[in-house]
Amino acid sequence: MDFDLTPEEEAFRSDVRTFLDENLPPEGERDAMFPLRWSTLVREKGWVGFSWPKEVGGGGGTLMEQAILKEELANRRAPALGSCIMGLAWVGPALIQYGTQEQKDRFIGDILDSKYQWCTGYSEPDIGSDLASLQCKGERQGDDYVVNGQKIWTSLAQWAKWMILLVRTDNATEKKHDGITCLLVEMDSPGITVSPIANMSKQPFFAEVFFDNVKVPVENLLGKEGQGWQITIGALANERSGISEIAGLLWELDLLKKLVKESRVGGKPAREDTRIRRKVAEFETRIAAMKYNGQRYLTKQIRGEPVGSETSVNKLHTAHLEKYMSEFALELQGSYGCLAPGSKAALERGRWQKEALGWCTAVIGGGTPNIQRNIIAERILGLPHD
Amino acid sequence: MNFGFTAEQDIFRSEVRKFLDNNAPLEEVRRIMESDEGYSPKLWQEMAQMGWLGLLIPEEHGGVDLGWVDLTVLLEECGRTLFPSPLLASTVAAIALMENGSAAQQARWLPSIAAGEAIFSVALVEANDRLSEQGVELLGEKSQQGAELRGEKLFVPDATAATHFVVSFRTGDGPEGVRLAVVEAGASGLTIEDLPGLDTTKRIGRVRFDGVSVDADCILDGSPGWAAVARLLDHAAAAVTAEAIGASEGAHALMVEYAKQRVQFGSLIGRFQGVKHPLADMYVDIESFKSLLYYAAWCLDKNPEEAPRHVSMAKALASDAFTRIGIDGIELHGALGYTWEYDAQLYLKRSKWVKAAFGGSDHHYERVAALGGL
Ligand SMILES: Cc1cc2nc3c(=O)[nH]c(=O)nc-3n(C[C@H](O)[C@H](O)[C@H](O)COP(=O)(O)OP(=O)(O)OC[C@H]3O[C@@H](n4cnc5c(N)ncnc54)[C@H](O)[C@@H]3O)c2cc1C
Repeated sequence: MDFDLTPEEEAFRSDVRTFLDENLPPEGERDAMFPLRWSTLVREKGWVGFSWPKEVGGGGGTLMEQAILKEELANRRAPALGSCIMGLAWVGPALIQYGTQEQKDRFIGDILDSKYQWCTGYSEPDIGSDLASLQCKGERQGDDYVVNGQKIWTSLAQWAKWMILLVRTDNATEKKHDGITCLLVEMDSPGITVSPIANMSKQPFFAEVFFDNVKVPVENLLGKEGQGWQITIGALANERSGISEIAGLLWELDLLKKLVKESRVGGKPAREDTRIRRKVAEFETRIAAMKYNGQRYLTKQIRGEPVGSETSVNKLHTAHLEKYMSEFALELQGSYGCLAPGSKAALERGRWQKEALGWCTAVIGGGTPNIQRNIIAERILGLPHD
Repeated sequence: MNFGFTAEQDIFRSEVRKFLDNNAPLEEVRRIMESDEGYSPKLWQEMAQMGWLGLLIPEEHGGVDLGWVDLTVLLEECGRTLFPSPLLASTVAAIALMENGSAAQQARWLPSIAAGEAIFSVALVEANDRLSEQGVELLGEKSQQGAELRGEKLFVPDATAATHFVVSFRTGDGPEGVRLAVVEAGASGLTIEDLPGLDTTKRIGRVRFDGVSVDADCILDGSPGWAAVARLLDHAAAAVTAEAIGASEGAHALMVEYAKQRVQFGSLIGRFQGVKHPLADMYVDIESFKSLLYYAAWCLDKNPEEAPRHVSMAKALASDAFTRIGIDGIELHGALGYTWEYDAQLYLKRSKWVKAAFGGSDHHYERVAALGGL
């Protein structure tokens, strides 16, 4: 065990710091032109797609360098590296691993330049956690796949130019997983209808997507027919160590401590209340545990050992923290806790209220806590499937 | 950065495990825990020969000069089989000498610890049960030879097995008034009493000092008051937590195995989410306090400033998690879990000791809050 960085890693970290000192103003001092400047700069610096191979235009960085970079960025509340959210998170990695040369040439540069958005068509009205049972149909007809069916909860669908889509091409496979195929679909193809859904904050960030005889040229098949499940698991597995997530949670924790110091409970300073002190310490301990779990898993990855279901451990911690840190903040606020973000008397402009209505992406989006528990129980502990 | 064990450490782990599997399976543990001594003097000598008793002790004093991370491996494996021995007490006492003893004091005692000739324990906690400077009430009055001790220490691990104690006492007010000294078990005015505990694999004692005379050369020269004791308490809490990793994993493995065998309502009980989800949550808890403890262990050697916070986080999480594992471990086995014969009860009882020893979750979370700026 050794938590010191190698001289090369130290040099990398100081290079990152110097760059940030020169190019990233503190939050609150960033002008209207900053986002554009930032996206050009980090693209030129090779930080977008940092761990992707150099041949496809990525940064060719190591896992350890990536962890260092993410930590430094998160510590300074830097904006994301590139705005093509899903393209950078999993479409790109899937293309790098499974795409044809033509597909790589066609899409990866645009993803790195964040030219447009990608969306993800996995969930269906009747298919959520049990994704492998998906029913949306893809039928090979000549040089096309013809798609019929529906997707739902598709984030960014109304703005995206492309979708990574899972369809069932074979109903007769022994394992349902083997009949799934991954297609890349242009969102303005004839036959696609997008119908936005408002979330509980009344924001239409996800949508229903209907497919009526949508023709997808065979050249937009990703991997082989029937390989869709494997591609999905591989692509979703791409984001592993959760280093940037931890820096974000530590930031929240600092704000929470600030709130504790400013709050009074029953007329007495909240910071003197042993129950409140313990609660904050529990959050802090959980975040630290995530950090060191993440580093253990990162070490395994660097050593070339498989890291799979262990990541469900930190997903469960994230779910807990996302739900209960903001809830605890509302509790500290007492009666003020129930005010809407826009209310005049709302504390801190209602930032905790926004959080208290905003945790669903992290908790439900990538597999619910119950599903994470199933993964641990079945794949790590070897207990029977339910 | 490299957050994993070395190949040597992996080999060490499998050697320790092999030794314990051969010599201390749970049937043997049961026999040892009911013996008068509460440990096996024969195995103790073998542990000395293998270097376990001098793991952290420098080679010049007969030890093998390894680090806290290696110690973690050893304690984890001892915890896994609930192995009853004064190893934890003796190791913490050795650390006390290494951190606070003069060269002469180290040369005088460390070789006998490493060789298994002397068994040292630490007497740091009193009836007031406070793990703060105010908790040290035992009085050391200045005398011609050195000091004369009056008072009482409680919750002394392996007190009846010990030949020597590292004891904290007070010569004056405030944190600076605290000192550490080595006292022999046979000293006149000293009474040692065994206090039966819930966990009989762990012996707990009371040590009374009725005017025990301590020579000046037995007072640890380099001990800078309370800070030295606070550091020792960190080492002790970390050692308890390291054992708790193995013990929790042992308890958890017992449950997982049972969930894969027991059939009710025509189904393996491990298929019911009311059974499997708590088992998954326990896995999450164990993984998490394990990561925290590994980092804390590294800090104890390499980054002492960060050690207190991380030891406290690990011990707090471990105390609560193992408590739950102990309780659920009984429930999951149904009536079988309630029997003397079945081993689940041994883990439950160990969890009661882990929770209490050197600070429970309230104490350690409070420390995390204070060190975190609240
Ligand atoms: C903000 C947000 C954005 C999203 N974006 C996208 C997107 O871009 N593309 C996309 O395809 N999907 C997206 N989703 C959908 C998301 O992937 C699904 O919501 C998720 O997989 C759960 O499926 P479900 O909603 O159908 O719930 P269900 O699977 O019906 O689950 C309902 C409840 O039953 C529980 N449950 C289900 N199965 C089990 C079981 N075996 N054991 C125990 N409990 C069980 C679940 O834990 C849950 O509490 C998004 C969701 C959210 C909230």
